[in-house]
Amino acid sequence: MQQDYQQMLQAYATAEGNPLIFRDSRIAHLVVHKNKVLGSHLVAGLELVPTEEEEGISLKLRLIKNTRLEYPVHLCFGIIPEEGQQVIRIQADIEDNASIKIIAHCVFPNAVRIIHKMDAQIKIGDNSSYEYNEVHFHGNNGGISVLPKARISLGKKSHLVTNFSLLNGRVGLFDLDYDTVVGEDSSLEMSAKIYGFADDVIKLKEVGRLIGRNARGVIKSRIAVKERAQSEVINEMIADAPDARGHVDCIEIIQGNATAKAVPIVDVRNEFAQVTHEAAIGRVDKKQIETLMARGLDEEQAIDVVISGMLK
Amino acid sequence: MKEQKVILELKDIRLSFDGRDILNNLSLTVREGTIHSILGSNAAGKTTLAYLLIGCCSYIPQKGKIFFFGQDITSLNTTQRARLGITLAWQEPARFEGLTVHDYIAVGMKQPDEEKIRRALANVMLEPKDYLDRQVDKKLSGGERKRIELAAVFAMEPKLAILDEPDSGIDILALDNIISVIQALKEQGTTVLLITHREEVSEISDVTSLLCSGKIVKEGKPKEVGIYFKERCIPCPVNVCPTSNTTLERK
Repeated sequence: MQQDYQQMLQAYATAEGNPLIFRDSRIAHLVVHKNKVLGSHLVAGLELVPTEEEEGISLKLRLIKNTRLEYPVHLCFGIIPEEGQQVIRIQADIEDNASIKIIAHCVFPNAVRIIHKMDAQIKIGDNSSYEYNEVHFHGNNGGISVLPKARISLGKKSHLVTNFSLLNGRVGLFDLDYDTVVGEDSSLEMSAKIYGFADDVIKLKEVGRLIGRNARGVIKSRIAVKERAQSEVINEMIADAPDARGHVDCIEIIQGNATAKAVPIVDVRNEFAQVTHEAAIGRVDKKQIETLMARGLDEEQAIDVVISGMLK
Repeated sequence: MKEQKVILELKDIRLSFDGRDILNNLSLTVREGTIHSILGSNAAGKTTLAYLLIGCCSYIPQKGKIFFFGQDITSLNTTQRARLGITLAWQEPARFEGLTVHDYIAVGMKQPDEEKIRRALANVMLEPKDYLDRQVDKKLSGGERKRIELAAVFAMEPKLAILDEPDSGIDILALDNIISVIQALKEQGTTVLLITHREEVSEISDVTSLLCSGKIVKEGKPKEVGIYFKERCIPCPVNVCPTSNTTLERK
């Protein structure tokens, strides 16, 4: 168990996490290897109840009313061996007038045949904020399927931010499905940044439902694929309330034999609502490359600078 | 006084697109350590000349040669030319999502140096603490982006800086600053090829070449060439000048 913990922390550090935070009493954390909880720490106002199950864990997270956490909560999930399955079921309840920021690192440094599945139900009350940042590290084998699914609802005057990034190692198969309902005067910002190569397959479906008056939503995707990788991005924004405003923004850069598809869906059901979209797929802009070449970079270096900037 | 070395020489350049000559029989000599301006109206071929000099991929001359310190660079690509010490400040510089001003300036420096990056920004009257962490993206105004472009060129310390209309899109109050940056480039040892359509801007140069219909039609002291340009280029040395109507209207 201790060995698993050390290996998880090592992988966590490789994924640009700082293992020292697990010793900081001000910071809540949870470390889960496969279906075992290896470490956890709570802070006032936060309830985190993990239950070990056969294929993973179920996790009940409750942020008590009027709790505004000063420091981010750190979650670390992963599997160290080459094979295995991890299913994380999350039920989160962010009560009224509360705020939380979560940084989740998912580490699978040796993945050859691994399935990592997340199924989250997240309820955010009124006048609250919930920020969820998820960073993945997969190693270089590509034998992994990542299947995150979340159903989220936002009350009134609340704010949700999700940032997903998968930039280190192979993607494998990635199939994300997030659906968020946004209430009155609330806002949603969903962003995903993924770099796929070899035979990686990226599927991204993010839906924002602006059902409350003056609800706001932005869905932003930045995808780069090269070699034989494939990506398909579906960004859907539905505006069904007066003064609702939404925007979907997808940029995909392709190189080599990679393929990319973007499907922006803009669905406005109220005459006083507005949703805009922009989507672009293609090579790196020629002028950007030439500008950097005029500073002395070769073409490949220039492309790297443009892509890493876009995915930063 | 010892004559300065020739840094750049174009010999009898012809560049055409779709059968139409954009540059034709163009020859030009630029001396090291000078500010040499290329003055011309719209459609004279100024930006095409800039792209040809930096080696943009479709700007390969059908005829003629380009020499840099005597070395034939006609077949070199942009990277190779930049590594020899040539760079370009673009008239409409590209935007880069996610790339900070700091990193954009640093990318062209042989040895990135924080102090030099700060100084380069301060030179173009942009407060370093307000700009270093900003992204070189569409949130910058056109004027800010152009100043950052000049700062990047300044920090790179190239041997030859081609500045394509650095004064366009810059408000009148900032023009003096742009001119002082160009002079600072010269002071740090960079030869400047200043492309402009404003004769008053070309006056800061040591030599002015007047470009019309893709060829150099007059060369000399900036004031002299500037007056000739302002006086509608009469007598016109190019009988088929496509912009003669435009220049008449300028009066």
